[in-house]
Amino acid sequence: MYSFKELKKAAKLSVAAKEMKLAVVGNCATQFFSKSIQGYAKLLGMNLNVYDTDYNQIDVQLLDQNSEVYRFSPDNILIWLATDKLYEEFLDMELQARESFAQGVIDKLNFWWDLVEKNSKARIIQPNFTEIDDKALGSYSCKVETSFIYQIRKLNFLLQNEIIKRKSVYPVDFLAVQIRQGLNLFYDPSLYYNAKMTISMESLPWIAKSVVDVLSAMNGKIKKCIILDLDNTLWGGVIGDDGMGGIQIGELGAGHAFADFQRWLKQLKEYGIILAVCSKNNEDTAKEPFESHEEMILRLSDISIFVANWQDKASNIKMIQESLNIGMDSIVFVDDNPFERNLVKTIIPDIEVPELPEDPALYLDYLQSKNYFETASYIGKGSDRTELYRAEFERKKLQMQFGSIDDYLISLDMIGEAKPFEPVRFARIAQLTQRSNQFNLRTVRYTEDEIERVANDDHYLTLYYTLKDKFGDHGLVSVVIMEKISDKELFVDTWLMSCRVLKRGMEEFIVNKMIETAKSNGFEQVIGEYIPTAKNAMVKDIYKTMGFEQTDENKYCIDVDSYKPQNNYIKEEE
Amino acid sequence: MTKESVLKDVEEIMREEFEDDELEITYETTAADVEEWDSLAHLSLIHEIEAKFKIKFTMGEIQDSKNVGELLDALLKHVEEKK
Repeated sequence: MYSFKELKKAAKLSVAAKEMKLAVVGNCATQFFSKSIQGYAKLLGMNLNVYDTDYNQIDVQLLDQNSEVYRFSPDNILIWLATDKLYEEFLDMELQARESFAQGVIDKLNFWWDLVEKNSKARIIQPNFTEIDDKALGSYSCKVETSFIYQIRKLNFLLQNEIIKRKSVYPVDFLAVQIRQGLNLFYDPSLYYNAKMTISMESLPWIAKSVVDVLSAMNGKIKKCIILDLDNTLWGGVIGDDGMGGIQIGELGAGHAFADFQRWLKQLKEYGIILAVCSKNNEDTAKEPFESHEEMILRLSDISIFVANWQDKASNIKMIQESLNIGMDSIVFVDDNPFERNLVKTIIPDIEVPELPEDPALYLDYLQSKNYFETASYIGKGSDRTELYRAEFERKKLQMQFGSIDDYLISLDMIGEAKPFEPVRFARIAQLTQRSNQFNLRTVRYTEDEIERVANDDHYLTLYYTLKDKFGDHGLVSVVIMEKISDKELFVDTWLMSCRVLKRGMEEFIVNKMIETAKSNGFEQVIGEYIPTAKNAMVKDIYKTMGFEQTDENKYCIDVDSYKPQNNYIKEEE
Repeated sequence: MTKESVLKDVEEIMREEFEDDELEITYETTAADVEEWDSLAHLSLIHEIEAKFKIKFTMGEIQDSKNVGELLDALLKHVEEKK
C-alpha cells in the first residue's frame, strides 16, 4: 500500500483525464482524509478534484443553495460522520435519551440526503460507522440499549436499511477497513487530541482506497470475469498425476481451504461475475472433477468458458476475452504458478493478475483483501449470465454449419423489441451505461436515479431494446437516449449496445426504430455524434454505415424522410 | 546518536516535507521561520519523524515544543528509552 506521504505528493499530480469532482463534508478534521483520496485516485489515473470543507459545516454547506459545496458543482458529495465525535455527543446526552441515539443520527442523515437531492445533482457517498470499544459495561453492553456499543451497531444496521431505499446514496464500508486494520492501528489517540483526526496516518491510505474503489466502480471500472487455473488453484494436487482420488478438495485437511475458495467463487458467479477456466491439461481429465467428484463445489454448469489444452495461457486468455467481448482490464486471472502469471502479465499488461500467496490457506483472504469486485449497481435476480454465455457458444457452433451469414441469421428466428424506458428496467439500463465501453458512441454514464429523471423528462425520447432467438433470451441489449434540441432536431445523447449481439442485424434494427420514433414524434432530423475513447473505435463509422451524412469530424446527420430502412432479419415482437 | 546528528536527519525530513532542498535548521528554528510549516504540515512532519525513528511523541511534546531543539530533546529521550 502507498504511504500517506506518497498520496500527499500524488495529490498534486496533473492527470490527463476527464475531471471528476468530490466534495467532502464532515464532523471532524478532513484535510488529510481528502488529500489521501485525491492522491490515491490520481495514482490510479483518475483526475479527481476533491473539495474539502472546514469541519462541522455540514448543515451550513448543505442547507444554503449557494454554499461553496454546491458552487463547486461536485459529481459526488461525501458526508463523513466520525464515530469518535458522535461518541462525545452521545455521552453529553441524558442517559435515557441515549436509547434513541441511533435513530437520531439516521434522521439527521435523511435530512441531509434530502437537501443534497433537492439542491444538486451530486450523488452521495456515505461511509458507514467505525466502532469504539468503550467497555462501559463490558460484554454486557450488548444487551443494554443505552450503551454506545449497542447504539453504534444499531446505527450501522439502520443505515443499511435506509440506503436500500435511496438510489442516490452509495455506501463505503469504513467499518470493514477498521476491522481489517485492527483498532490499535486504525486509531491514533494523540493525533485525535492534537488535530481532531480520527484515523491514523497508517490507515488513511486504506480508507482512501475504499472511497476511490467506490468512485471508480461508479465510473464504470469494474471486473466482470475471473479466469481460473485448476491444479493447485481450485484444488490441491495435479489431476493428471494424482487422479480423482488424489486431489485435495472437500472438508478434509488442505481440501477445506480449496472448498471454501470455491464457495466464494460460486457466490461471485451468482452475483454475475463470469467464471472461466484456463488450464494446461487434457480437456477430459480437467473436466472430470467438475462432473463427478462429490466434494467439488463448482460444477461444469458454473463455468461459462472452459479451456483446457496445451497452448500457452496468454493465447487462451485472449481467445476467452474475445468470445466474451469484454475489456482485458475487466478480467482477473488467478493462477498459483508464478511463471504463468508472469507470462500472462507480460503479454497482456491490462489484465489483473494477483500475486497469490504460496500457501493455499491464504488464497481466499488475499483475494478478498484486494476488493476486486467493487460495483455500483446490482440488478438482483438475473445477474447470473452463465447460461447466456454458454448459449452463445452453441450459436457459434451453429454458425459454422451455414454457407452464408444471411442463412445463418435467418435460421436464428430473432425477435426484437423497442420501448420507451420503464421503471422495472431503470436498474439494468443504468448498469449498461456504466458498463458498456466498446459499442458506446458517447460513453455517457448514468446512475439509476438519473435514468429515472431522463425517462420522465419531456425533453427526451428514450428507447431500450431487447432481443431473443431460438437459443435463448438476450434480454435488454441496447439503450438509446435522444434529446430534443429544437422542434425539428433530435440529438442522440446515448447509443450503446451489448457486444454480445454484434453483427446480427441489431444495429440496423436499432437505427430503423430510432428514425421511426423520431418521425412519429414529428422530428425532421436526427443528429449523431461519436466521441472517441480508448475503447470505442469499433463504432467510429457506424453512423456513416447506417446512411447518415457526415457534417463534421465526428458529427453526423440524417433527414428522417430520406432515410432508407436498413435490411435485417429481426422480426418485431407481436 | 547525538543531538547534532539527529538535527541533520530531521533537516533532511523537513527538506522533503516542505519541498525545499536548501532549507537549513538550527536548534532555535521555529514554525514561524519556515513558510510552509503550518499546523497541518506539523502533523505530517511529526508522523515522518516518528516513522523514521520508530518512536511516538506524547501529546504534550507535539503541542508544547517551542523550537526544533526542544523537539530533538524529546526525540532523543524516546530513543534512549527504547534501548
